[in-house]
Amino acid sequence: MSKTLLIKNGHVIDPANKINQKAHVYAVDGKIAEVGKIEPKADLVIDAAGRFVLPGLIDIHVHFREPGDEEEETIASGSAAAVAGGFTSVVCMPNTDPAIDDATSVEYIHRMGRQARKTHVYVMGAITKDRAGEQLSEMGFMVQAGAVGFTDDGSGVQNPAVMLRALKYASMFKNIVISQHCQDNWLAGNGVMNSGYNSTVLGLPGIDPLAEEMMLWRDIQLVRKTNMRYHVQHVSTARCAELIRQAKKEGLPITCEVAPHHLLLTDDSCCDYDTNYKVNPPLRTDADIKAIKQAIKDGIIDTLASDHAPHLKSEKELEFLTAPFGIASLECALGLYIKVLIEPKIIDWPQLVSIMAERPAKIISVDKGTLGKGKQADITIIDPDGEYRVDVNKFRSKSKNCPYDGWKLKGKVEYTIVGGEIRYSAQES
Amino acid sequence: MKKKEFIWKRRHLLGLRGLSREEIEHILNTAKGFEEISTRSVKKAPTLRGKVIVNLFFEDSTRTRNSFTLAANRLSADVIEFTEKVSSTSKGETLLDTAKNLEAMGIDIVVIRHSAGGVPKFLSRNIDASVVNAGDGFCEHPTQGLLDVYTIRKIRGSLEGLKIAIVGDIAHSRVARSDIYAMTKLGAEVILVGPPTLMPAKVERLPVKISYSLDDVIGQLDVINMLRIQFERMGSNPFPSTKEYSHYFGLTVERMKKVKKDILVMHPGPINRGLEMESEVADGPNSVILQQVTNGLAVRMAVLFLVNQGAMLRQEIKDKRERLEGQ
Repeated sequence: MSKTLLIKNGHVIDPANKINQKAHVYAVDGKIAEVGKIEPKADLVIDAAGRFVLPGLIDIHVHFREPGDEEEETIASGSAAAVAGGFTSVVCMPNTDPAIDDATSVEYIHRMGRQARKTHVYVMGAITKDRAGEQLSEMGFMVQAGAVGFTDDGSGVQNPAVMLRALKYASMFKNIVISQHCQDNWLAGNGVMNSGYNSTVLGLPGIDPLAEEMMLWRDIQLVRKTNMRYHVQHVSTARCAELIRQAKKEGLPITCEVAPHHLLLTDDSCCDYDTNYKVNPPLRTDADIKAIKQAIKDGIIDTLASDHAPHLKSEKELEFLTAPFGIASLECALGLYIKVLIEPKIIDWPQLVSIMAERPAKIISVDKGTLGKGKQADITIIDPDGEYRVDVNKFRSKSKNCPYDGWKLKGKVEYTIVGGEIRYSAQES
Repeated sequence: MKKKEFIWKRRHLLGLRGLSREEIEHILNTAKGFEEISTRSVKKAPTLRGKVIVNLFFEDSTRTRNSFTLAANRLSADVIEFTEKVSSTSKGETLLDTAKNLEAMGIDIVVIRHSAGGVPKFLSRNIDASVVNAGDGFCEHPTQGLLDVYTIRKIRGSLEGLKIAIVGDIAHSRVARSDIYAMTKLGAEVILVGPPTLMPAKVERLPVKISYSLDDVIGQLDVINMLRIQFERMGSNPFPSTKEYSHYFGLTVERMKKVKKDILVMHPGPINRGLEMESEVADGPNSVILQQVTNGLAVRMAVLFLVNQGAMLRQEIKDKRERLEGQ
């Protein structure tokens, strides 16, 4: 017997198939069978009247801290947070302890993800062994184990010769991307926030935007030489957005992402030394935000990614100088993007869905991000006008280091459906 | 019209950036009143009797710490000395744990020095006692700023219109920042002098002028404050050698030939003799370095007195409110 699911009366937004209208979505055995007017009997029927029915959202940059820091987050708790946030696929970063730098570790992440039975859990392996920036990791074995790309995230690959070698070597594998946390450690020094007037009066060591821009500029030269697919993580400066714009114009195979905090917050937020605003790359300035928003409007930014980085309260309750970097925002990311991009009409709904589903799927080369016939039934149903207040105490994430606590946001997630199964429902939580 | 009487309300002294000119002048005037105590044969007043002050120092200091201890003793407060060289981590006892433990002993004022900017502010948000910043990272050193302007005011009567240079490692100097705020609020014109590698980011947004040449500005100065080169705070060398630094930015006997006759030469101490300043200059007739130390005592007495007053005022208001609510 087949298992059937009907989502009726919803407003379907599926930019890949140019759908932006009221339609029913019918799935059989976890695959999309039809989007349209037909209304067959189904085992499970969801009435989505007044709701948006979207291809499942994808976040290609999360830290689930497993293995090594399970007190901060586990793949189980992170996955629960993901579906509560409307994400049907996430990509875990390899900066765990130990780092994900071999096939066994990749398989471990996949297994824990399957066990959690919430969101699809993908993983990027480390570019170099132990993320030390020296010896290439066994990329081939990790590709065979299902890694979707490689990054030393948490830090950038400092040595240009190593980075060149990584790009060259990885180019023999199909459907793989090399992803970089652009930061030149020499220029960043011991900085803990954006370098500028605020760091000067707060007496905190700054990270010059150049630290990010120099490495991006360097990498663009390496990409030109190798023509390897390259992804820029969490773009935070105006000049980086401009560099990417130029590189794309030139036709280089470069994609990039932006995190919600680099759209919503500036280094003014650091003025109370609240470590929930300590993040890397650091919060920059209004001018940077303006430029990045323009780049989103112009289609230069390929995807939005939360860079969900959970940390314990006891770690964040330290001096600004010593507390760890990171913001946990997976559960409210969608609401943040609506607030900062949809409400001020920088982009429209189909564009938002495109950069949250269709385009990230392409970056990690998975056959997802659309509601096309035969695709896996990963579906996010939201109430676009449904308001809610961010409450960190209700987070499924183990960590509460979220500066948006108490914010009023729109775009309540009603259902998150993965492979035709309801993995999150607002009513039941 | 009758001038409204100024009432001091703050129970913390975290920095000078947020203080008004009136508040700074009030501290200086209060300090003036306390100067007399140090001239008595019995150098003590009962002002803070029964109050407990803890010197919570996470960074080496001799003069500031001793100055605070002596100031507290002169006002009859009990002083606990607490020194912790290691910085807190998530694994061990955190700074907050330490502070809460001290608070559990019933302290009234925490005098804190820490290598990380913002720690006094962080502490003030999390504990009930008054917090006095004795230097945090390269953020602020408010009592140093106050004693500097106190010293200048005492000799010159006012800072209005004076040209003051702060010379050296501005980027890593909490003294420079507190001085800038205090001096400019009191009407002085401040020129920062040093190599570009020792200037902080966006320094031009501060209400100051900037010069990379000491020789260009030295002839116009009423006051020159020579900062200590803090090797321990610098990562990679921001200048090629101490010899070259002294050549451009050291206060030498030779350079002193170009200054106004009555220039005041200041230094927050401890001096690297021969680096920022030649010994002949440090000990010369224009030097007010030891007067700074003396004045520091009166200023710190005033600060301890005032934050206690602020705390008492707050308590009074709280009690009154509770009484009213009880009715």
